[in-house]
Amino acid sequence: MDSRTSGVDRSLFKPSGKRWSRVKRDYELYLFLLPIILLYLLFKYYPMYGVQIAFKDFSPSQGIWGSEWVGFQHFIDFFNSYNFWTIITNTLSLSFLSLLFGFPAPILIAIMLNQMIGKSYKKFVQTVIYAPHFISTVVLIGMLNVFLSPNSGIVNHIITFFGGEPILFMADEGWFRPLYILSGIWQETGFSTIIYLAALAGVNPELHEAAIMDGASKWKRVRHVDIPSILPTIVILLILALGNIMSIGFEKAFLMQSDLNYATSNIIPTYVYEMGIQKAQYSFSTAVGLFNSFINIILIFTVNRIAKKLTETSLW
Amino acid sequence: MNPLLKRKSRGDLWFDIINYFLLTVIMLLVLYPLYFVLIASFSDPNYIYSGEIWLFPRGFTLDGYERIFSDSSIWIGYANSILYASLGTLIGVAVTVCAAYPLARKDLAGKSVIMWFLLVTMFFSGGLIPTYLLIKDLHLLNTMWALVIPGAGGVFNVIIVRTFLQSSIPDEMWEAASIDGCSNTKFFWKIVLPLSKSILAVMVLYHVVGFWNGFFDALIYLNDESKYPLQLVLRNILVQNQVNSGMMVDVESYAAKMRVSELIKYGVIVVSSLPLLVLYPFLQKYFVKGVMIGSIKG
Repeated sequence: MDSRTSGVDRSLFKPSGKRWSRVKRDYELYLFLLPIILLYLLFKYYPMYGVQIAFKDFSPSQGIWGSEWVGFQHFIDFFNSYNFWTIITNTLSLSFLSLLFGFPAPILIAIMLNQMIGKSYKKFVQTVIYAPHFISTVVLIGMLNVFLSPNSGIVNHIITFFGGEPILFMADEGWFRPLYILSGIWQETGFSTIIYLAALAGVNPELHEAAIMDGASKWKRVRHVDIPSILPTIVILLILALGNIMSIGFEKAFLMQSDLNYATSNIIPTYVYEMGIQKAQYSFSTAVGLFNSFINIILIFTVNRIAKKLTETSLW
Repeated sequence: MNPLLKRKSRGDLWFDIINYFLLTVIMLLVLYPLYFVLIASFSDPNYIYSGEIWLFPRGFTLDGYERIFSDSSIWIGYANSILYASLGTLIGVAVTVCAAYPLARKDLAGKSVIMWFLLVTMFFSGGLIPTYLLIKDLHLLNTMWALVIPGAGGVFNVIIVRTFLQSSIPDEMWEAASIDGCSNTKFFWKIVLPLSKSILAVMVLYHVVGFWNGFFDALIYLNDESKYPLQLVLRNILVQNQVNSGMMVDVESYAAKMRVSELIKYGVIVVSSLPLLVLYPFLQKYFVKGVMIGSIKG
């Protein structure tokens, strides 16, 4: 290879190299990107254009563009509907309570796992507690149904064994939130420890050695070495979780929902589905969904600003 | 290990004892429900009803499984899920990896514009109804394409693969190859893909689990029962309590039907979840790897 050609090629790698010559040289790379760009234009960006039906009275015969503008009418209808506050309260309570009880669990368990000495038993415990992550939501709710069945479920057998009355768990609006949260903890806590275990593995071993020299017990080392070391990870994950407080999932609440627990299980995503897909009120349902995304975006940006100030780390 | 670290005080001994005890209790709390489903599925439903099953199956029977295996709905669901998961994984992984490689290259002109083009969709989306109307207008309703195409190339997966490629394929490699006259496509096939086997495994597993366990898209877009994936078949049995009557033609009384349907429920949970739960311990490291790479950016 003579020095002249390699010299020419080298200049192309510099970011300041001529843009157009780089595009020409790397045309294949743009072909690699073509599928994702087309998919996004069609399935992500075109529906954004379709969001305008939230401000229109959409009728399928007239299409998205031809339907009549009604301004904020659907939003006003939603705010004034008799169940507006119930839905908002249900959505927020479900996410806040899930976060409150679900967030600390993986931290505690990761710290405990990190203190285990036996490698093979530790691995076994990890394998077991990660497992429920791979069970589908349908099966999880199916398991709740069979375990909590009033006449054949194991839970009510235990209750009656101790002299109690069987409880109709799945049909009780008061039990919806506890069941939602507890089953979530059972399913996801184990898998969520992975990220904290990674943070704990990154703790400088010299800190531990120095603490041992000073006669610190394991308990003290957990409190004064481990926890402060993983605190930044905890803060970032908490901030991220707070930003997602309004983007609670549809599947589980939908599968647990029945007429009997509707008073607590009716949340924004299930309401959007009910009004849009089941009752075909396309415009109204889009408006409800848009309202939800709007709050979501505000939350994410606010939370990211706070994160930037507090920890000097942010999402972007 | 430093011998100093091995010396144990009384307090540390108690710490270890309590720690092991609590973790064992937690492990059992996670394990027991899964174990119970398994033993109940092999037990006489009369014992399930009277609550006499705790540690071992009682009145061992394969009746539940015989009924499940004799009915076609579960198998159709299985076949559909396998089809959707393989096709969806193939499309999804191909789109993701093809997009991630150019974006991992430092010298790609217009990279940040394309990155933003993808990232924006994390914050803004058309939402359920506009997407549904689009699928309808494209005449994809009630076809499997509605399940496998629209979600292909999710931003999060693209970022994971891109992060991996940035750290595992040094720029010098491409510079050297290109000086020797290697084209981008050839480099991608001969160098990038062989070096990314582990991240490809992570992506394949993510997609397979997602398609296997997902039911939302199928719920919205499919209305023909013969096209239902396994999870929708399961939903009818487990959540809506509609145990297929074909499974119980020989059962007479209402009470007996209730019992048998309970047994069938335990059985279908096992039949549907076992493949993943049995395979996952062998693939655990890939899932952990995926979480780790994903968290670097988070």
